[in-house]
Amino acid sequence: MPDETTHLLDIQHLHTGFRVGDAFYDAVDDINLTLDKNEILAIVGESGSGKSTLATSIIGLHNPKNTRVRGTIAYNGQNLVGLDETAFNKIRGNDIGMIFQDPLSALNPLMRCGDQIAETLKYHTKLNKQERKEHVLAILERVGIPNPKLTYRQYPHELSGGMRQRIIIAIAIACKPPIIIADEPTTALDVTIQAQILDLLEDIEKETGSGIILITHDLGVVAETADRVAVMYSGQIVEEAPVNELFAHPLHPYTRSLLNSMPQLDNVEDKLHVIQGTVPSLKDMQPDGCRFAPRIPWIPASAHEAHPTMHEVGPNHYVRCTCYKTFHFQDALSSVEGGIVNVTD
Amino acid sequence: MWKTILRRVLLMIPQIIILSLMVFMLAKMMPGDPFTGLVTPQTDPSQLHRLRVEAGFYNPWYVQYRDWVVNMFHGNFGTSYQYHRSVASMIGERAVNTFWLALLTFVLTYLIAIPVGIIAGRYESSWKDNAIQVYTYITLAIPAFVFYLFGIWLFGYVLGWFPTSGSISVSATGMIGKVGSMLYHMILPALLAAILATTSIIQYLRSGIIDNKQEDYVRTARSKGVPERVVFSKHILRNSFLPIAAFIGNNFAVLIGGSVFTETIFSYPGLGQLFISSISSRDYSIITALVLIFGIFTLLGNLISDIILRVVDPRLRIQ
Ligand SMILES: Nc1ncnc2c1ncn2[C@@H]1O[C@H](COP(=O)(O)OP(=O)(O)O)[C@@H](O)[C@H]1O
Ligand SMILES: [Mg+2]
Repeated sequence: MPDETTHLLDIQHLHTGFRVGDAFYDAVDDINLTLDKNEILAIVGESGSGKSTLATSIIGLHNPKNTRVRGTIAYNGQNLVGLDETAFNKIRGNDIGMIFQDPLSALNPLMRCGDQIAETLKYHTKLNKQERKEHVLAILERVGIPNPKLTYRQYPHELSGGMRQRIIIAIAIACKPPIIIADEPTTALDVTIQAQILDLLEDIEKETGSGIILITHDLGVVAETADRVAVMYSGQIVEEAPVNELFAHPLHPYTRSLLNSMPQLDNVEDKLHVIQGTVPSLKDMQPDGCRFAPRIPWIPASAHEAHPTMHEVGPNHYVRCTCYKTFHFQDALSSVEGGIVNVTD
Repeated sequence: MWKTILRRVLLMIPQIIILSLMVFMLAKMMPGDPFTGLVTPQTDPSQLHRLRVEAGFYNPWYVQYRDWVVNMFHGNFGTSYQYHRSVASMIGERAVNTFWLALLTFVLTYLIAIPVGIIAGRYESSWKDNAIQVYTYITLAIPAFVFYLFGIWLFGYVLGWFPTSGSISVSATGMIGKVGSMLYHMILPALLAAILATTSIIQYLRSGIIDNKQEDYVRTARSKGVPERVVFSKHILRNSFLPIAAFIGNNFAVLIGGSVFTETIFSYPGLGQLFISSISSRDYSIITALVLIFGIFTLLGNLISDIILRVVDPRLRIQ
């Protein structure tokens, strides 16, 4: 990994556990991750793999009563883990902007859209009311709202899903934060609107030089937008690589299964080579060993590491565990008679 | 907005007509007639017959209904056969008492329920919240008359803080003295009625706050760096007030109608007490007038609730 002091955000050994009964279970388990300026880092993984938990840990929005966060999230010379609320409120909205998945429920139904954007400015700038309003109108224009003056006065229910998501983005970028976290920003939208929103995010990254963490379970979104990808499974990162490298040489069985499950028009063997099963619940996660092993039982136990670590397999390309070396899809085996395994596609 | 309100007000006209028809039919169906109370062993049956003819008793029902409505429009609600006074003036006197008692009850209800509900919701599952839950369970479970009698016994007889009947002391003189005496007589019934009325408001507010705390838009507000104090007052609380705003109007109407019970127990000379005494003496002209008034108040209460809801919730403002 490149020189650590230059990273915008540097996450080391992050553990985020939720209380279930009397014990804490880590939904984010020992994550190391960095984000740089001018970069879109995608985090992919099935639902339940801990992506949202990671995002919420960065912006410090967990309920401290039933959550335990450990490790370091270094930003601008300070550790965000354990930061007190007053100090964190200066960072939220100002240094880190957050974009949420569901654009209807993420806006206050009783507040005018413009006022919801202006509220961010109120707590982070010295602008007066009139200046804030002008600023908001400019931001509305920037995020592609056709009639900013009208939309300023509108309520969320009066806007379409795509427009609402633009309002959410406007809220997140109002203070030009160096870090933007977008948690499934397009999942709730139509395909055409999805592309527009992703374009907007890309433009913002180019314009402001922000680092963007883009959380998604859609590899199509990743291919289109991201610079670098981290694949998450069961609270851990299982593979990390620049986007082209990941799509050209996916190594971890989970990454390969995800790629194979992408709908492709030119792929006739659509549903082939996809690993069945789901992410285990917090309580059912194995404390140690390769967490993906239960989903590929045809791979002998000896192929896995006892204590899996990330291995550097190429420039900026890391894979967890050693099972990727001998991995083959189960249906690949049955189709290759005699058991001669050929895993290189 | 104004169009919707106007439409809503116009909608009240057929509602009132239906209400008045029902009241009229009910009055017709009641046993006896307004003259029954006048009958004594000395009454001449032919004189009774003449009175009935004069009163239009033998006219077709729609003529009687029309006369009744026309009279009411002229402020003529008939004459009380018990008191031999005009119903309008009797109701007028009592209505003032009932109105002030209902208003004081209303104000006390919200003055108690809102802060208590906020504390319960904000500090969910704390000892404060648990104590408030116990309070709401008790006020919900206890029969109203037991609660009132206990209140009268404790504050009226044991502690002797408040009078237990009437609306004003005969010895009160001067403007200030009279108002003071009226207030003094109202406090106990208003407070006891308010305490019983707080239960549902506290519960609505508490669960509203607890639900809204989990909403995505609250998370958005936090992600903007809005201080928690403001997140609570500006985002969570405002949304939690919606269900309460929805029945502010109804609540006032219920208080006017609910005066029947409180006023009887406290011998408070208001509409409710008049209603009960008129029923026992079959004073029909008063009964029908009061049923109509209580009914109109209920309709008005719903109207006010509707308007308030539209004002506070932009989602309902669609034309
Ligand atoms: N507040 C919470 N309390 C308890 N468990 C939680 C909480 N939030 C998430 N989890 C659990 O943590 C795991 C990861 O969830 P999440 O971060 O939402 O995954 P993703 O965003 O990748 O779908 C899931 O098993 C989920 O059930
Ligand atoms: Mg999620």
